[in-house]
Amino acid sequence: MSVDTATVRRVAHLARIKVSEEEAGRMTEELNSILGFVEHLNEVDVSGVEPMTSVVETKMRWRKDVVTDGDNPASVVGNAPVSDDDFFMVPKVVE
Amino acid sequence: MSLIDTRTPDPKKFINGATGDWEVIIGMEVHAQVVSNSKLFSGASAEYGGAPNAHVSLVDAAMPGMLPVINEECIKQAVRTGLGLKAEINLKSVFDRKNYFYPDLPQGYQISQFKQPIVGEGTVILDMPGETVEVGIERLHLEQDAGKSIHDQHPTMSFVDLNRSGVALMEIVSKPDLRCSDEAKAYLTKLRTILRYLGTCDGNMDEGSMRADINVSVRKPGGEFGTRCEIKNVNSIRFAGQAIEYEARRQIGIIEDGGTIDQETRLFDPREGVTRSMRSKEEAHDYRYFPDPDLLPLEFTQAFVDELASALPELPDDKKARFIADYGVTPYDAMVLTLEQSSADFFEKVAKGRDAKLAANWMTNDFFARLNKDGKDIASSPMSAEQLGEIVDLIADKTISGKIAKDLFEIVWTEGGSPKEVVEARGMKQVTDTGAIETAVDAVIAANPDKVEQAKAKPTLAGWFVGQVMKQTGGKANPQAVNEIVKAKLGIE
Amino acid sequence: MDTPVTDLTALTIAEARKGLDAKDFSATELTKAYLAAMEAARDLNAYVVEMPEKALEMAAASDAKIAAGEARALEGIPLGIKDLFATEGFHTQAASHILDGFKPAYESTVTSNLWADGAVMLGKLNMDEFAMGSSNETSYYGPVKSPWRKAGSNMALVPGGSSGGSAAAVAARICAGATATDTGGSIRQPAAFTGTVGIKPTYGRCSRWGVVAFASSLDQAGPIARDVRDAAILLKSMASVDLKDTTSVDIEVPDYEASVGQSVKGLKIGIPKEYRLDGMSAEIDGLWQQGIAWLKDAGAEIVDISLPHTKYALPAYYIVAPAEASSNLARYDGVRYGLREKGTDIADMYENSRAAGFGEEVKRRILIGTYVLSAGYYDAYYLKAQKVRTLIKRDFELCFDAGVDAILTPATPSAAFGIGEKAGADPVEMYLNDVFTVTVNMAGLPGIAVPAGLSGEGLPLGLQLIGRPFDEATLFKLGTVIEQAAGHFTAEKWW
Repeated sequence: MSVDTATVRRVAHLARIKVSEEEAGRMTEELNSILGFVEHLNEVDVSGVEPMTSVVETKMRWRKDVVTDGDNPASVVGNAPVSDDDFFMVPKVVE
Repeated sequence: MSLIDTRTPDPKKFINGATGDWEVIIGMEVHAQVVSNSKLFSGASAEYGGAPNAHVSLVDAAMPGMLPVINEECIKQAVRTGLGLKAEINLKSVFDRKNYFYPDLPQGYQISQFKQPIVGEGTVILDMPGETVEVGIERLHLEQDAGKSIHDQHPTMSFVDLNRSGVALMEIVSKPDLRCSDEAKAYLTKLRTILRYLGTCDGNMDEGSMRADINVSVRKPGGEFGTRCEIKNVNSIRFAGQAIEYEARRQIGIIEDGGTIDQETRLFDPREGVTRSMRSKEEAHDYRYFPDPDLLPLEFTQAFVDELASALPELPDDKKARFIADYGVTPYDAMVLTLEQSSADFFEKVAKGRDAKLAANWMTNDFFARLNKDGKDIASSPMSAEQLGEIVDLIADKTISGKIAKDLFEIVWTEGGSPKEVVEARGMKQVTDTGAIETAVDAVIAANPDKVEQAKAKPTLAGWFVGQVMKQTGGKANPQAVNEIVKAKLGIE
Repeated sequence: MDTPVTDLTALTIAEARKGLDAKDFSATELTKAYLAAMEAARDLNAYVVEMPEKALEMAAASDAKIAAGEARALEGIPLGIKDLFATEGFHTQAASHILDGFKPAYESTVTSNLWADGAVMLGKLNMDEFAMGSSNETSYYGPVKSPWRKAGSNMALVPGGSSGGSAAAVAARICAGATATDTGGSIRQPAAFTGTVGIKPTYGRCSRWGVVAFASSLDQAGPIARDVRDAAILLKSMASVDLKDTTSVDIEVPDYEASVGQSVKGLKIGIPKEYRLDGMSAEIDGLWQQGIAWLKDAGAEIVDISLPHTKYALPAYYIVAPAEASSNLARYDGVRYGLREKGTDIADMYENSRAAGFGEEVKRRILIGTYVLSAGYYDAYYLKAQKVRTLIKRDFELCFDAGVDAILTPATPSAAFGIGEKAGADPVEMYLNDVFTVTVNMAGLPGIAVPAGLSGEGLPLGLQLIGRPFDEATLFKLGTVIEQAAGHFTAEKWW
């Protein structure tokens, strides 16, 4: 499989990364090179093989239902580029 | 999901269009907030409200390097709910990431369950007038709630509060088994009842702890399924009904005018009573689901499920059946009484050792009407089950008449006290002493010879004599006894 | 012992610990020696932030502990920390522009463990942006120069990556040891390039909590150190069972240092034929044969093994890692921290911030990852790669089930290359650097890179040992054998 520039632009938008025409052209080549490389996987017969869901053979630990965190809005918004009154602020979202 | 039609088209539910009858097909995705102290994957409080970003951990704010750890109570709540929906519980399920960008979605993905949910197929039974409707449950899965954006505080900026971010939700997906807005409303009501019985969701739609995405399509009765539209985030049962009515008619109108339905997401505007396309969100979604690599598969044993099952409360359907069987109440009264756990408990206290039918009657009529009038619920009722029970006793043993009982009810409701003592103190006992009643009847007959003559020709005039006697005895005479004696003395049958 | 203060940076951690215990010098003196060496080595660009005040404060606290007779396992040992680890109140930016100014309100579990054992933080180390790279050239802070040069050449070489700052700093003796992370070879490849020892422990051994994520199912922290013993000492402190990381495994951390120098007699060492690549240099093959001979001499039994899916590990990796990364890096959106660029609306703000904040390699991987997960491609790419991963893991399991205790392979296909030498080349050419290391991440196994010799041009070359899950101890035993046979390799100071 290979991608064209329109696909690269669509994917870039899905990933919310602005790309210029020139970048889109270059990235198309690079992505095709990588996709060509991963094409080798087509040689492998994976019929009946379970996909790996976790590399460690262990059971997922559960947490007790207790409140152990929060009540520190200053640390939550402390690194925000723009905040006001402990809210994060972003360019207006039009619903 | 493949669509399987489980229903027989029923003309009572059709909507009549210009070109004939239409059938509405409705399916629901209900988001129910799990009752828990802390969030699904973090230790921050799940409590509603709070100062901005106060119920937020660094995990909820998606700080770099933060990792989710699952809350065991949320797992239990989902399993309990699955059991309450008579559904298949999956001993192994998987959390996936649903990827999209939105300012109130800090991670850039929502942790949800896509291919392998914790709960599979189940059933909800609706008691509709004259029929019982079985609604299939497709699945129930656990997922994170998003934060909240506030758009009206600033001319060019939106404010983001992450207090809701990461709170556990159960998404309960029904099959497209509903056929009219009444069924849809009944489904939401029944689901809420079940969740409240189980204590897994408070069902408080005002605070958004239960909200529905409603899929609506129309078709010619029994025909192919039509294209559906999804009405997002409906937060009241009444609105759900209005939204479906509007949306079905909108779709019928388009098709009848030769148009086609675009599959799209819409919002219900309760002020105008219409649904509107969410144009800003029309952009094609590609959620790129994949298993969350920060979380191992969720696994538990059948023994874990069995233990939760053994501690489950009696469910509304079971309780209803028991009320009908043990108390002999009507199916309708049983349904009304079991709508809320608290009403059912109250009823059982009132009915215990008494005339249960009479108790059910008084609860479903006078008692609920009075609560409603005062805007109160069972918990804040000024009248206790014992008080209402005493009133029922006084009626049953004929100490008071039904009419006096209404006065007594009002006195006890507003002033309190023991109904028996009130009846004693205020002389409200009905007169059943036939001697006293005969004396009164004789007096009325003696004073009205002309009426006596008329009554002999027209027996319905007996009622006039009864009324006079009741007036003389201050309403306390047993009306039945008066009626019998009047008829005997007048010699009419 | 009468060590002159100027030579303190020449000591290994084990030696420094001894000197501190004997009060030959103080933790403050040791720290000062490193701070001076760091200042003199700025040309290497190994540190993105130096923290002299914090370091001296921590050293003073260590001196107090030592004076009170309460010295802990790493008391007063000055370490460099890869910029991927969250350090509370200090620069933590994964060497990316998009995390500009980010100072976390939390400390990673791994670094917390180190500070709880008395270690001293010298500063944050340079790395490939978000750990994506094999040469440390993708850093927003510019490339790191290796302290190594080819014989008779002044050409600047890469230290490898992504933990290039960690490897260069350890090799240049501007920290006693360093934290690093390894997603596809990012500890072992730079260790091999710089003549240092690097171990990627079993997935789940070190907590990932507070480590900026690249690819969650592959990322694992580990140390880069001057010798095997130091690596064992550091790993013991870094590793822990962490309730905050669901993938952290509930197995007690053993005393790894105790394994150093233990006999390897009777251990069965597998030599996988699939690692003999077409066109492999005679030099690398010779190094491998030498390693086999050393282990055999030490009493280990050598067996030929087959890991048939080896050649599919790298292609599968370049699906799994970018896919996970594309999702993990979605949080860098200019809303809650880091860089925000202006935009006409919210989507425009996202697109501008992410376009400006991420470097080329990171963007490339986000796009590949987004593509392979997108509608219609998931089964063909991601699901397939995860199935291949199961097969790769099974290859190893079959060998271990057959009694193999560890596997010996080369660490890298070549010695270090020049900065800029592979710029403009096909990205895949750079990815091939990880061909020997990436299988280990795909299977979640522990792997150690140990220096084993010098190339014809005088550059370090390393061998890799791969172990059973949670059997890092055997790797330390075997690593010591190679180290004792090969000797130590130190870059000649030119900076």
